[in-house]
This record gives sequence, structure tokens and C-alpha cells, in this order.
Amino acid sequence: MRHLSFSDAIDDALGQAMAADPRIILLGEDVQGLHAGLFVRFGRRRVRNTPISEAAFLGAAVAAAMAGLRPVAEIMLVDFIGVAADALLNHAAKVEAFSGGRWRVPLVVRTACGGGYGDGGQHEQSLWGWLGHIPGLSVVVPSTPADAGGLMLASLALDAPVIFMEHKLLSSRWLDFLGSGGRDTVSYDIPAEGVRGPAPDVWEPLPIGKATVRRGGSDLTIVTLGVGVHRALEAAAILERSGISAGVVDLRSVSPLDQETLRREVGRTGRMLVVDEDYERFALSGELAAAALEGDLNFKYGRVCTRSTIPYAPELEQETLPNVERIVRAGKKMVGET
Amino acid sequence: MHLFAPEKLAASSGIVGASGPAAVGLALAGQVLRPGTVSVAFFGEGAANAGMLMESMNLASVWKLPVVFVCKDNGWAITTPADSATGGNLLARARAFGMKALEVDGTAVEAVWPAAEIALGHARAGLGPVFILARCVHIEGHLLGDALLDMVRRPAYSLRKRTWPMVRGLFKRGGAPWGERLASARQMLEAVFRVHIDKAAGSDPLARTRRALAAEDATRLSGLESEIRGKIRDIVTRAMSSPGSPG
Repeated sequence: MRHLSFSDAIDDALGQAMAADPRIILLGEDVQGLHAGLFVRFGRRRVRNTPISEAAFLGAAVAAAMAGLRPVAEIMLVDFIGVAADALLNHAAKVEAFSGGRWRVPLVVRTACGGGYGDGGQHEQSLWGWLGHIPGLSVVVPSTPADAGGLMLASLALDAPVIFMEHKLLSSRWLDFLGSGGRDTVSYDIPAEGVRGPAPDVWEPLPIGKATVRRGGSDLTIVTLGVGVHRALEAAAILERSGISAGVVDLRSVSPLDQETLRREVGRTGRMLVVDEDYERFALSGELAAAALEGDLNFKYGRVCTRSTIPYAPELEQETLPNVERIVRAGKKMVGET
Repeated sequence: MHLFAPEKLAASSGIVGASGPAAVGLALAGQVLRPGTVSVAFFGEGAANAGMLMESMNLASVWKLPVVFVCKDNGWAITTPADSATGGNLLARARAFGMKALEVDGTAVEAVWPAAEIALGHARAGLGPVFILARCVHIEGHLLGDALLDMVRRPAYSLRKRTWPMVRGLFKRGGAPWGERLASARQMLEAVFRVHIDKAAGSDPLARTRRALAAEDATRLSGLESEIRGKIRDIVTRAMSSPGSPG
């Protein structure tokens, strides 16, 4: 057992897979610098810098996957997926269905998401709800280094497109590149267990579509993912002091969703509080309510999400993103309601 | 990143290439509502490879829109050297869209001014869009805290964070043959050196212009500078006292 950072865990698992399978290549903007360890280890034919042409290189990655490679295409920030949305929406997601299963798209789209470090509305989005909405795509959002490495391995093994989303607050590499720029005067509210943690010496795939219970609770079930898991755990500790026992479910996958774990945990407490950093409306948070209702559950519902375009001013940014205070308030309100 | 001035019809975006469609749209509105006006798009040469920008150049050409596309070529697409990201020649590329294209030393105000006059005149006269390729120098990297610059400025910090993973990659079992690994390591070092040289060679155009003005007319220079300082003071005061601002 070793201790790795979130970013290193992902690259370590990717490196393990690349060593075993020569068809896996990594392409994207500045990846040779951002993943210098992989670039030096595997060379420029397997780790390729692209021009700033997301539509072209993501579209190319889809077809390269169809033709026998197993590409990992990196879209620097998920916000930029807008530029290349067609490649995912109309091609990656549909080729298998259109060809009656004869053509597969074993593509991993690796992308950084999330906010809380002052990068503004076009650089801090989550968008996993938007992506999970499209049939034919899988979307995973790890919250710890161990999960990140395991999910990367599972994503690489799947013969279908997976969007692998790395929250920037958990990634010291992204924060360094985009946020602090190495300035000592800048610091962020970073969840320690998400940034660095235990990791196996040899990676095993972590099944996609399986949530995990991070904390047991009897009064309330907080359903969340990514950095939300850590905010929820912090909020649960505070709620405990007020006599409220809150459990925390880490979804790990947006699509496919682990309906079974969701229904079991919410069924137990009768209260679902969703903490979802993505936009509130027409989102994952609503989907979770639908999933529980379809499971014939009777439950109280609340959600803490991002309700508007993310502001640039730091105080406004902190209020807009799901913070511990908002979660605690929502939890107390839900329990008080009965 | 998101500076907006509706009164001046000025906007910016964090999405690389977005100035293309924006300038074309502003020009379209101008062509209909304010004939004789012109719109200007600023972008780096890395952005020249973005689909939306190339589409904008084509659209401006076929609709003969009054747009000046200003490409600031500093030789870097973020941390990727331009020669490994940009195919062909950008002037030729612009001309291939059917538009007039000029090349200028972007670090010299006295060169940019006449080139801009030509470009703006051409666009205003309804003759179609113009492309200006302005050679520049990348003084502070793509963004504050640029990784490549950092390796030169903070070698000890970079040793742990950046150099060490490369050393590990060099020796880790399972990967490319030695020759390829060394080629990658060399490429990284070359990029760091190139950035360092760019930074050393590139003098700040503002500083140069200031020196030239000081030699020519020191009184006028100090008048201009105090006027600028006054304007900045006013803007800051207004911003700090506006609602929603801290302190």
C-alpha cells in the first residue's frame, strides 16, 4: 500500500495499463508537459500534444477507437467540451447502436471539472448531468485517489466511451497549472482525503456503476459525488453534534447510476439530500429523485447544487458552490421538517 | 477573462477561438446598423487552429464583413511550440480564405500603427476582412504561473514537482525503448530553454515605447502618464465603491 496524490494515482493506473496494452494512447493539449512522466516513459507516439482543435482531435479519437486504438483524449477543462460536443453526442454515443454492435468505441475522454479556485463561469463547470443525459456515454466522477486509479483502469477496459472526470480541487497538478500558479499567497479549501490517500501497489479495476457508502447514518442520506463527498462528510460530522445522524453515499458513477445502493440507503432513512456541484435544474439531482420514486420509495427530498452561472468574485463563488454551511442548513431543515 | 463593455461593444471570453465568431457577429450588426464601422478580433496563433476561428474567417470572407483578424503570434499554443501545432503558414492560410493579409512586428508600436491603418481602411471601405499576423514575444507565458517559466524561475520547487516525475518516467519498467524516452526528455528540456530565451530576448514593448517617447518629448510623456494614472485611480475608486465589491 502506498500513498499517492489524486493526479498521480490516475497517471499511475494509466501508466500500468499503457505498459500492458500498446493500443492505449494519450492525446490532448499540452499533455506532454502535464503528464511528463508518461511522456518520457512512453514517448511521443503514445503521448501526443494536439493543436487547440478539440473538435478535430476528439472526433479523431472516436474514429481511432473504432479502428483499433484505445485512445485517452484529454479535454483540458470540461467546459471546452462544448467546442467538440458533436464528437460525443452524435458519434461516440451512437456508433455502436447504429452499427448493431458491430462497431465499438473504446474511448476514454479524460477531463478536469469543478470549481472553488477562482477561475470563473467558463472554467469551473461540472456538466456531468449534461453528459450523463446522453445514451451511449458512461460518466465517472471519483472522489479519492484509490477510486480514481481503479475507475481509470475500468474505463480503459470498457469497450464503450467513458467520460472520466477529475475534480480540480482534488488535483494538485491542475490547481498548480490553473490556479495558484505556484503563488504562496494563494490557498484553496481543499479536502485532504481527496487530494492524497492510500493506493494499491498494483491497480485493479473498480467497477463502473457501483456507488459506495462512505458514512453510515440513520436520519438522513446525503447522496453526492466528487468534492461533494468531502463537503458532505464534513457537514455530517457537524450535524452529528446536533444529534442528526447523516449517512453519505458516494455515487462514483453518474451513468450508469447505482440505483440499488441509492434505493437501499434512502429507503433506510426516508430522507434524501443531494449534494451535486453541477447545475441544479434538469440535472443529476432531479434524476436521483426520479430513481428513488421509481423504486417506490416514500421519502423527503432536498438538494444543494449550483443554482446559477458561477461567479468570479471569490465570496460569491463560495456561496454559489455547494459548501459545508449550505449542506448543514439543508440537513437540519430536512430533519426539522418531520 | 470576461471583460465586457457594452457601451464600447467590447467583449472577451475564456474560450480559445471565441473572438472569431464574436467579431464576425459584431461586424454583421455593424454592416446592417452602423455602416462604415469595423470590428476587430484578437487571438493567439494557437487559436488559429480552432475550428470556430477558421469558420469565422471563411464566413467574414464570403459575406465581405468589415472584420480585422489580429493574430498575435508568440510561437506558443499554451505550452506547446507553434511549429508542432500549426500546419503551413498563417498568412497563406488567411489568403486561402480570400482575405487580405499583412505581417507586422507586433512588438513595435510604430510598425503596428500603419499596418492597422491599412487594415481598418480596407475593411471600412467594404472591401472585406483583413488578417494581420503580428509577431510577438511571450513574456509571462500563457497564464500567470506558466509551468515552463516556473521551471526556470523556481528550479528547486520544479525539481520535486516536475523534474522528478520525468526522471521516474525515464526508468520505469514497461514503456518505450531508451532512444524514444531520451528524445522525450530532451524535448521537454528544449521547451524550457526556449521559453527562457524568449523571456530574456523579449523586451517589454511598453517599456521600449516609453523610452522612445522619453527621448523624443519628456514633458509630453509625463503629461500622458499622469493622465493615465488619474484615469486608473478613478476606475479603481468607482469599482471599489460599487455594490458587491469587498471592503
